[in-house]
Amino acid sequence: MNVEKIPQAEDSAQTLAKARTGIAGLDEVTFGGLPAGRPTLICGGAGCGKTVVAATFLVNGAVMFDEPGVFMSFEESSADLIRNLASLGYDLAALVKQKKIAMDFVRVERSEIEESGEYDLEGLFVRLGYAIKSVGAKRVVLDTLEVLFAGLGDTQILRSELRRLFAWLKDQNVSAIITAEQGTGALTRYGLEEYVSDCVLFLDNRVENQITTRRLRVVKYRGSVHGTNEYPFLIDAEGITVLPVTSAGLAHTASDVVISTGVPGLNQMLGVGGFFCGTSVLVTGTAGTGKTSLAAHFVDSVCARGERCLYFAFEESPAQIIRNMRSIGLDLQPRIDAGLLKFEAARPSLFGLEMHLARMYREIEGFAPAAAVLDPISALRGESGDVHSMLLRVIDLLKRRGTTAFLTNLLAPQGMDHADAGVSSLMDTWISLVQLETNGERNRGIYVLKSRGMNHSNQIREYQLTSQGVKLLDAYLGNAGVLTGSARVSQEAADAASVIRHAQETERRRREIQRKRDSLERRISELRASLESEEEEARKALEYDQELERRMQAERQAMAVLRGGPAQ
Amino acid sequence: MNQPAKAHPQEEAVQDGHYNLRLYVAGQTSKSITALANLKTICEEHLAGRYRIEVIDLLQQPQLAAGDQILAVPTLVRRLPEPLKKIIGNLSDKERVLVGLDLRPDGAP
Repeated sequence: MNVEKIPQAEDSAQTLAKARTGIAGLDEVTFGGLPAGRPTLICGGAGCGKTVVAATFLVNGAVMFDEPGVFMSFEESSADLIRNLASLGYDLAALVKQKKIAMDFVRVERSEIEESGEYDLEGLFVRLGYAIKSVGAKRVVLDTLEVLFAGLGDTQILRSELRRLFAWLKDQNVSAIITAEQGTGALTRYGLEEYVSDCVLFLDNRVENQITTRRLRVVKYRGSVHGTNEYPFLIDAEGITVLPVTSAGLAHTASDVVISTGVPGLNQMLGVGGFFCGTSVLVTGTAGTGKTSLAAHFVDSVCARGERCLYFAFEESPAQIIRNMRSIGLDLQPRIDAGLLKFEAARPSLFGLEMHLARMYREIEGFAPAAAVLDPISALRGESGDVHSMLLRVIDLLKRRGTTAFLTNLLAPQGMDHADAGVSSLMDTWISLVQLETNGERNRGIYVLKSRGMNHSNQIREYQLTSQGVKLLDAYLGNAGVLTGSARVSQEAADAASVIRHAQETERRRREIQRKRDSLERRISELRASLESEEEEARKALEYDQELERRMQAERQAMAVLRGGPAQ
Repeated sequence: MNQPAKAHPQEEAVQDGHYNLRLYVAGQTSKSITALANLKTICEEHLAGRYRIEVIDLLQQPQLAAGDQILAVPTLVRRLPEPLKKIIGNLSDKERVLVGLDLRPDGAP
């Protein structure tokens, strides 16, 4: 790479004019499109989608950006091209009729051509120039120039003419795409990358585990920043989608808005009354714990607020889910009819991970939902690393868009050893559904394993799937641990009995004490009474003694008077 | 269009052995002038009296380039007799021109 210093993305958009491809993702990867007025080389092996990418650039230019184009094909006849591209929904014939696209098929047949003396490729220039002028083209596709190497013997002339061609294309100020076959050990078989030095894209079509994945890489892009990774891309009936991998990094904003889980009891368990808007929620549980039911509640509550919700079903068909959810009193059909709920169902084994990712990416971009459900992520097959990176990208995309993600994950009965595909650490809220097997019955328990940014309950609550939906029962708060089902009922009865017993006991004790108090008080009053009577007696005896003394004194005085003695 | 016409007028493919040739050029470059001169010489030598040369300047009639699948210039196209043959270059290699025009019987030295 000859880029001396890497400019900021915004700067480069100003300094270097770019021609938008209109291909979802590719414009992001290239920060705005291919270099305008310059040639771009697209190389790759057979069947990797070079022609389709080039044609899309042209068609989008004509349809979306009012930039007419010229398609000069060296391999396929115009009629074939029109037919082949119709499968992508491109109506080239109509565009040709509207003078938005000019097509020219250049057929080079070695056996028909004899070479004698010097020549140049002015004929090609004339044809191209004529086609450009006829529609006022701003974009040009040459697919695939390398055919010339097979058709013409004198490579020296050819090379110098190609050099002239690329300079000429720049002079014409057209944004050109030149496609080329991948060579062994080189980007292209005939070294075309020597001539086209501004922008080189490399396409790849790899088969891993019998599943094909297309990938795109920006090899170089002079004068512009660009994503450097391999980006999976997808060609199907809706054209091309390139998936930029986590291009936004961790820049998503955090919302304080809380949205309901759809289950009142669960709202209560999460300290703030629901999930934070735009976060990722993982619900794990073994088979039959009600993950989909919980998801359906969430979906219903999202739609009830008038917001859109996208449901990716990997194991059940939409009709099946709707029927099943009716059994717990949720009818999702009206939500679909109202255009608020959209199901996207596909067997995981149908496509490779990248294809799924691409599909999801496009659906999410197109439908712009407030919430998305992936049910279940455990159905996605592939190398665990690949599954992880795919989920990472989906979660990132959803976070970037502020879409609340609701993922369910089926756990093996043994527990949660490997089954979370490594995404649990990415999750903001993790709700675990467990089967509690006791006394010959299974009951369902729910608890919040983690929930970032809120003070959530640490209880395991029992819940039931009733005809009115998921219902959380009050936690059993005894000292014998969590009890569920009939054990819980009997324990509650036992508790009630023991409460009564306890109350009776208390009452008995109270009465006992009262009785003791009563008897004690009785004795006290008796003692007091006897004390009083003794005191009375003593007092009387004292008075008697005093009276006696007084009388004796008086008698003595009287006696003395009688004897005639002096009074004392 | 130059028409160093010989005895036979417009009708094509009337007589066996009649050669209908087209020379595509792009402007009066040295290559195109040489090519035309070379062609005339060869024709006079081998096809005297039964050929017709049409020179098409693509700079003036670019729309004609696609019809005969012209890529290189100068290109000599043998429109008649069938099949269509193309010879590119300034026709300086006389042997190859003769081979290209099928004027040299197979195996001839």
